[in-house]
Amino acid sequence: MSGMEVSNLTKQTLRKMLAEGKRFDHRGLLDFRELEVSYEVSKKAEGSARVKLGKTDVVVGVKLQTGEPYPDSPDNGNLMVSGDLLPLASPRFESGPPGFDAIELPRLVDRAVRSSGMIDLEKLVIKKGEMVWTVIIDIYPINDDGNLIDAACIGAVAALMQTVMPEIDKDGKINYEKKTSKKLPLSKDIVPLLFSFYKFGDSIILDPTREEQESSDARMTFGVSDWNGQFMVNSCQKKGGSTVTAEEIAKMMDILPKKFDETMKKFKKFL
Amino acid sequence: MTTKQLKRSDGRKANELRKMTAKVGVVPNADGSAMFSFGDTVAIAAVYGPRQLHPQHLQNPSTGILRCVYDLLSFSVYDRKRPGPSRRSNEISKVTGWALEPAVDLDAFPNTVIDVQIYILQADAGTRTAGINAASMALAHAGIPMRDLVCSVALGKIDKDLIADLTKEEEDFKEGEGATDFAIAKLATCDEFSLLQMDGKIQPEKVKEITKMAEETCKEIYEVQKKALKDVVESDMEEKK
Repeated sequence: MSGMEVSNLTKQTLRKMLAEGKRFDHRGLLDFRELEVSYEVSKKAEGSARVKLGKTDVVVGVKLQTGEPYPDSPDNGNLMVSGDLLPLASPRFESGPPGFDAIELPRLVDRAVRSSGMIDLEKLVIKKGEMVWTVIIDIYPINDDGNLIDAACIGAVAALMQTVMPEIDKDGKINYEKKTSKKLPLSKDIVPLLFSFYKFGDSIILDPTREEQESSDARMTFGVSDWNGQFMVNSCQKKGGSTVTAEEIAKMMDILPKKFDETMKKFKKFL
Repeated sequence: MTTKQLKRSDGRKANELRKMTAKVGVVPNADGSAMFSFGDTVAIAAVYGPRQLHPQHLQNPSTGILRCVYDLLSFSVYDRKRPGPSRRSNEISKVTGWALEPAVDLDAFPNTVIDVQIYILQADAGTRTAGINAASMALAHAGIPMRDLVCSVALGKIDKDLIADLTKEEEDFKEGEGATDFAIAKLATCDEFSLLQMDGKIQPEKVKEITKMAEETCKEIYEVQKKALKDVVESDMEEKK
């Protein structure tokens, strides 16, 4: 049962209802499900968080390692985002080499976090040109009921805010058991979030359930943040083989700042 | 809002594209092929199909499938690119497919695949957009029924100024609001965007301006594509005479 694809009949009903502004779970088209953020998924991680959006459940951990800087950025620490869509979380996920969705999810989070400037990578240099900190964000869904992307980004941000630097000796050897009192250098007030709009004909919704997500024509994901007091769009990616009009883009641009404020308000309760 | 006197290192105006060249029919073996370049970025695309899709279980009896591969040739960049697909090229292959799909009438070819192969010979920013422009022409050249051509360009912003067709140097701009790179593709003659991919820092109002800028610049690209397609038809006719 759980492994079944969404039936055509369900898809048709869903689309018909969306056109009338209605959803199966009685939410408004742009309403999010209840958000829940908790911490300390693993004490062995330098930072970790767990995010629930309705039945969608994602864990995110941050590990720190030392390494060489990239040749094109000797004055910067490194950021790496990875993870896997575990078969644990859905009958639709399969073991084996990562499929496209498993590759895309961390890349979307990476771009949102990186281009917002949340992590002060310049402060992660241990020895210029030789040794820097590498921040590794790993994302794993525990249960997928749609909108993993937006949930994963909240998780990544929450985990980063918790991250504490481990002790490091003169030779660059890390003692993970000893955490210092130093937090990961983050730029104050920059909180990147992702918002994914899903398109069904002329209707646009946010925070889809798995059923809604699988019935949609296209997805538009935007990374947004506040930067020096200005609301900025940091990233964008369209998914799916249908198109969006300039008018629809304009509409999404008007929705984004409102949704950002709304989600931040909810998120702050857990900080 | 129009951009003021912005100095670009190659002397271009804010909304000016690099020199475009396009040539159709560059891979004789293919059903359709084309080359497209923006300045020093050179893309080549070949289309094979519609043809039988193997393995059979991937076949779809209600529609054909568009399968895109995008990659950089190892020597197209200064630091040699390791041959074979990467996460970056996998992602670009996918978004390229989505950018082209709305223009192609795949329903006309159930159970088949149309393979689109795109390779970058020389990379200097805007490779995915050059690839899409080449592929769009190659699909038309292959005689595949299409609603429209697809035109693609990297627009963006350096600090506060909107610009078209960023160079590598401009992509790496760090001061002020830094660089925003916004790759778009749209169907040539209607208000339908099929690729939107961006990173940087840009205000929502400026995203709206980008969509207007896209409309203007895509018109120029469309003319170049149409001319290249016309040229190949004419030269084919010459040969037959």
